[in-house]
Amino acid sequence: MIAFKNVSKTFRLEKREVHAVQNVSLTIGEGEIFGIIGFSGAGKSTLLRLVNMLERPTEGTITIHGTDINKLSPKELRKRRSNIGMIFQNFNLFHSRTVAGNIAYPLKLAGWSKAKINDRVAELLSFVGLSDKAKDYPDQLSGGQKQRVGIARALATSPDVLICDEATSALDPETTADILRLLKKVNKEFGITVLLITHEMHVIQSICHRVAVMENGRVIESGDVFEVFTNPQHETTQRFIQSVQQDLPSENIMQEWRKRGGKKLYRVIFKGSITNDSVLSQVTQKHDVHFNIVYGSVQELQEKLFGNLLISFEGDTPKIQATISELASLVDIREVTDLES
Amino acid sequence: MKVDWTTFWPRVAESTGETITMVFFTLICGSIFGIIIGLLLFVTREKNILENKFVFQILNILINIIRPIPFIIFLVAISPLTRAVVGTTIGTTAAIFPMTIVASFSIARVVENNLVSIDPGVIEAAQAMGASPLKIIFTVLIPEALGPLILGLTFISVSLIDFSAVAGTVGGGGLGHLAMTYGYQRFDSSVMLVTVIILIVLVQLAQWLGNVLSKKFMRR
Ligand SMILES: Nc1ncnc2c1ncn2[C@@H]1O[C@H](COP(=O)(O)OP(=O)(O)O)[C@@H](O)[C@H]1O
Ligand SMILES: [Mg+2]
Repeated sequence: MIAFKNVSKTFRLEKREVHAVQNVSLTIGEGEIFGIIGFSGAGKSTLLRLVNMLERPTEGTITIHGTDINKLSPKELRKRRSNIGMIFQNFNLFHSRTVAGNIAYPLKLAGWSKAKINDRVAELLSFVGLSDKAKDYPDQLSGGQKQRVGIARALATSPDVLICDEATSALDPETTADILRLLKKVNKEFGITVLLITHEMHVIQSICHRVAVMENGRVIESGDVFEVFTNPQHETTQRFIQSVQQDLPSENIMQEWRKRGGKKLYRVIFKGSITNDSVLSQVTQKHDVHFNIVYGSVQELQEKLFGNLLISFEGDTPKIQATISELASLVDIREVTDLES
Repeated sequence: MKVDWTTFWPRVAESTGETITMVFFTLICGSIFGIIIGLLLFVTREKNILENKFVFQILNILINIIRPIPFIIFLVAISPLTRAVVGTTIGTTAAIFPMTIVASFSIARVVENNLVSIDPGVIEAAQAMGASPLKIIFTVLIPEALGPLILGLTFISVSLIDFSAVAGTVGGGGLGHLAMTYGYQRFDSSVMLVTVIILIVLVQLAQWLGNVLSKKFMRR
C-alpha cells in the first residue's frame, strides 16, 4: 500500500550536502507491521517523514494506495495526512490541552460535532486504558501514559497507516513492552498498517512481520523478519541480531573449554517447527555418538521457533563424521572456527 | 510653596487614573499589534510554516531600529507624527500613541521569543494531523505560548508604567506629570514620596495579576 520507488533525499546545507536517503525502493503491504532498523543517522526518520510529506523527496516517488503523494495540492495533502497517524519518540503532545483535548484535536480539525468527538474520545481512552486520565494534562503523566495518549490521538480519525518514529526509545523496557503490545493490538484489531523505525532489534523481533535494515541512507537488506533473523546477509544486520541474541559465549568460558581439551564446536541452527523434533538426539543415538550443548538459545520469532546452539560431539571420528553429514541434511550445521584465538 | 494635602488628594487620584488609562490602553493596542507582528515574525522565519524572507527581514529590521532608541528620545522624535495623528502632543491620549508603537515592537519580540521556545515537534505533530498554517497559529502556537506570554506582557506592562511617567514629564498626564510639576519643580518631597509609593503599588499589582493569570494558563 505504501511504495517507495528510487527515493532519495538530499539536504543542502550552506557548505555541504547530506544524502540522508539514497535510492530507496520498498513496498509496505496492507495490514503488515513493517520495521526499519538502523543506527543513529542512518536516515530512518527522514525516510519515515517522507511518507506524510513532512519532508519532500529530492528524487523518486512515494505512493500510497497508488497516489503519488508528492503531487497532491496542499489541501489534498492535509486531507491525506489525517489518514496517516503518526507517533513520536518525544510524544509531542500539546501541553496546553488535557489528555482528552489532545485526542480530540484531530477530530476538531476534521470538523466533527462535539457530541461525536466526546464519544470517540471516550472510546479511544478506554482502548488505550486511560479513561481515568481524561482531564489530566500531559505533564502530569508518565512516559508510557504519554505515548498511549499519542497513540490514541494518532488513531482518532481511524487512519489506515500508523507511522512510528522511535516510539519506544524514550521508555524503559517494561513500558516498551506495554507499548509494543498496544501497537500489535492496533494492527490486529483495526488492521492498520504499521510502519515503524527503531534502532533496537528487540522491537523488530517482538512485533514486526517484515524488516528493512538501513545504513548511510540506503536499505542494505530487507525481508521477512524470520528470514533476516535466521540468515542475515549483511554485517550490520548481524550486529543488530547479536544485540538481542548473543551467539558466542564469553572469552572466560571459552578458555575453560579449551583447558578441558576443547573439542571441535559446531553451530546448529534450527528453524521453524523442526526444533520440536528430537533431531539431535535421534541422529546421534543412531550413530552411537554423544552430544554436549555448550551454549545457545531457542527463541520465538513471529510465532516460529529459532534455535541456535553450540554443540560438541563425543565418539569415534568416523561416526561423528557420519552424524554431521546426516544432520546437515536436516538442519543448518557448521563447524565453528572463529573461536580459536 | 508646599501643596495643601487636604485639597491635593483628588489631583493624585486623577493622575493615578490617567497613568492607569495610559498603561491599560497601550497594553491593549500594543498587545494586538505586537501579537500580530510577533506571530508574523515567527511563521515567516526560515523553515517555518509560512517562510517568507522578505516579510521577516522587514519586520526584523523595523524592530531592531525602534527598540534600542531611548523612550524619551523616541517620544520627542516622533512628536510631529503624534501631532498629525492625534492632533496634539499634550495629554494622556497623545502619550498613548508613541507608547503603543514602542510597546507593539517590544511585545512582538516577546511573542516571537515565546513562540521559538515551543517544541518544534508539537508543531510538526499538528502538521502531521493535517492542520493548515492558520489552524496551527490559532490552535497550537497561541495556546502553547500563552502562559509564558502573559508573563512577558506583565514585564512589558511594568515598563509601560515607567514609560507613562517619562511621557508625563514632557506633556503627557499622569503621575509622572504630577511628580514633575509639584515634586521636582516645587521641591515638594511629600508629593514625590506619594507618587513613588503609588508607582510601586501599581507595579506590584501588575506583577501579581500577571503571575496569577499566567499560572492559570501554564500547564507545566
Ligand atoms: N532537516 C535536516 N537538515 C539537514 N540535515 C538533516 C536534516 N534532517 C536530517 N538530517 C541529516 O540526515 C541524516 C539522517 O538523519 P535521520 O533521518 O534523522 O537519521 P536517523 O533517524 O536514522 O537517526 C543525518 O546525517 C542528519 O544529520
Ligand atoms: Mg531518527
